[in-house]
Amino acid sequence: MATLRDIQRRIRSVQSTQKITRAMKLVAAAKLRRAQERILAARPYVNKMAELLGNLVSAADGAEGSAHPLLEQREGPRRLIVIITADRGLAGAFNSNVLRNSLAFVRASNATALTLVVVGRKARDFYRRRPYTVKRDMLGFWDRLAYSHACELADLFIAQYLEGEVDEVHLIYNEFRSVALQRPVRQQLLPIPRSEGAAQAAGQPVEYIYEPSAPAILSELLPRHVRMQVFRALMESLAGEYGARMTAMEAATKNAKEMIDILTIQYRSSGPSSTSNSSRASCRPSTTRCSCRAWRTRTSSPIRRNSRSRSLSTSARRTSAPWPWRPRTA
Amino acid sequence: MADQLTLEVATPSRFVIGEQVDEVVVPGIEGYFGVLPGHAPLLSTLGIGELTYRIGRDERHATVSGGFCEVRNDKVIVLADSAELPGDIDRARAERARDRAEQRLTGRSSEEVDYARAAAALARALIRLQVAARAQ
Repeated sequence: MATLRDIQRRIRSVQSTQKITRAMKLVAAAKLRRAQERILAARPYVNKMAELLGNLVSAADGAEGSAHPLLEQREGPRRLIVIITADRGLAGAFNSNVLRNSLAFVRASNATALTLVVVGRKARDFYRRRPYTVKRDMLGFWDRLAYSHACELADLFIAQYLEGEVDEVHLIYNEFRSVALQRPVRQQLLPIPRSEGAAQAAGQPVEYIYEPSAPAILSELLPRHVRMQVFRALMESLAGEYGARMTAMEAATKNAKEMIDILTIQYRSSGPSSTSNSSRASCRPSTTRCSCRAWRTRTSSPIRRNSRSRSLSTSARRTSAPWPWRPRTA
Repeated sequence: MADQLTLEVATPSRFVIGEQVDEVVVPGIEGYFGVLPGHAPLLSTLGIGELTYRIGRDERHATVSGGFCEVRNDKVIVLADSAELPGDIDRARAERARDRAEQRLTGRSSEEVDYARAAAALARALIRLQVAARAQ
C-alpha cells in the first residue's frame, strides 16, 4: 500500500512535471504568436506573386515556343521528396503524422529513383533508422528561420531538377490550419502545377510593357515562386509545431492538475484520519531529519535508484521548503 | 485618372512601404526608370539599387535588390528579395560586407571566389551605405 510519504513524493513529482509543461506551454504560445505574424507579414508578397505568375503563365501559353523548364511536365520516375518536421518532440502527433504520411508516399515511390531531403531532426532520425539514403538534411535553424533558409533548400532541388537528375519534387509538411489543428499535406513543387498558374489568371490579361521581356521575367519569377512556396511551408510548419506543442502541453498541464487533485484527496483521507493518534511530525514527514534517512535508504522508486547521490542533495534542499499540501487540521 | 500613385513594397518577410506618392524612381534591371501617375502597365525585373519616391516635395529613399516591379492602374507594386528603409540599415554591417566583397574581388583573399556573388554583395553594400548616408 502507498504510504503517506509515497503519496507526497508522487504529488511533488507531478507538480514539478506540471511546472515544466506549463512553462513549455507559455513559451510555445509566445513563439506561436510570432510565427503567425510572420505568415501574415508574408501574405502581401505571396498574393501578388501568385497574381503575377498567373498573368505571365497565361501570356507565355499564348506565345509559341517551348514552356519554361520549371513548368514543363516530364515523364520520368525519379522523385525528390522533401520532408519537413520539427527538431524537437513533445508536440503531440505533429511529427509522427508527417512521418507516417511521408513513409507511405516514399514506399509508393520507385525506390531506385528516389532522393530524400529531410528538414528537422525528427525526420532525420526517422529516416536514418530506415533503409533509405538521405541526400541532404537541414537541422537546427528553426529558431532563426529566415527566407535565406528557404532559398538554400529550394535552390538545391531547382538545380537538380534543371540538370535533369530528378523529374518531380514533392514537399511533405504540416499545414497550419489553426492553433489546435495541423494537417500533413503533400505538395508538388516541380514541375510547377499548371493549375497554380491558371487559377490566378482571372479577368482579362493585362497588356504590359515587359522589361526586359516576358520570358525573361518569367524565368526570374518561377524560381522565386518555388522559394516562396518552400518558405511558406517552413513558416507553416514552425507555427504548426508551436501550436501542437501548446495544445499538447496544455493537456499535460491539465492532466497533471487532475492527478495532483486525486493524490491530494488520497493524501488527506489517508493522512490525518488514519494517523490521528500519532504525533504531528508524522503528518509532516518532510520536515524531520528521519525523513532524510528514509529517503537515503529507500530503493523502491525506480527513478531514484540510479542517482542516489543526487537525490541526497535534492532531498536536503526539499526538506527546507514548507510542504504546501499540509492537511488543514495540522 | 488619379493624381497620385499608390506605392507598395513587399519582401518575403515583411511589408515595407505602403504610401500615396507623387513619383517613384525604380532601379530596373536595365536602368532606373521613373513612374508618374497615368503610366502605362509595366512589368520589370529589379536590379540592385536605390528606390526613390516623392511625396510632395519630400523625397525619400529605400534600398531594393532583386525581384519585380509592376505598374498598373496608378499602382506601383515592388516585390523585392530584400528592401530596407534608411532606418533599418545596419551601417557597420554594410561596411563590413563592403570590405569583405572588395577583398574578394581584388583577389587578396586566398579562398575560391564566386565573382558574380561578390560583385552583387558589393553592390548591395554600397547602395545600403549610400541610402544610409542620405538619411543623415
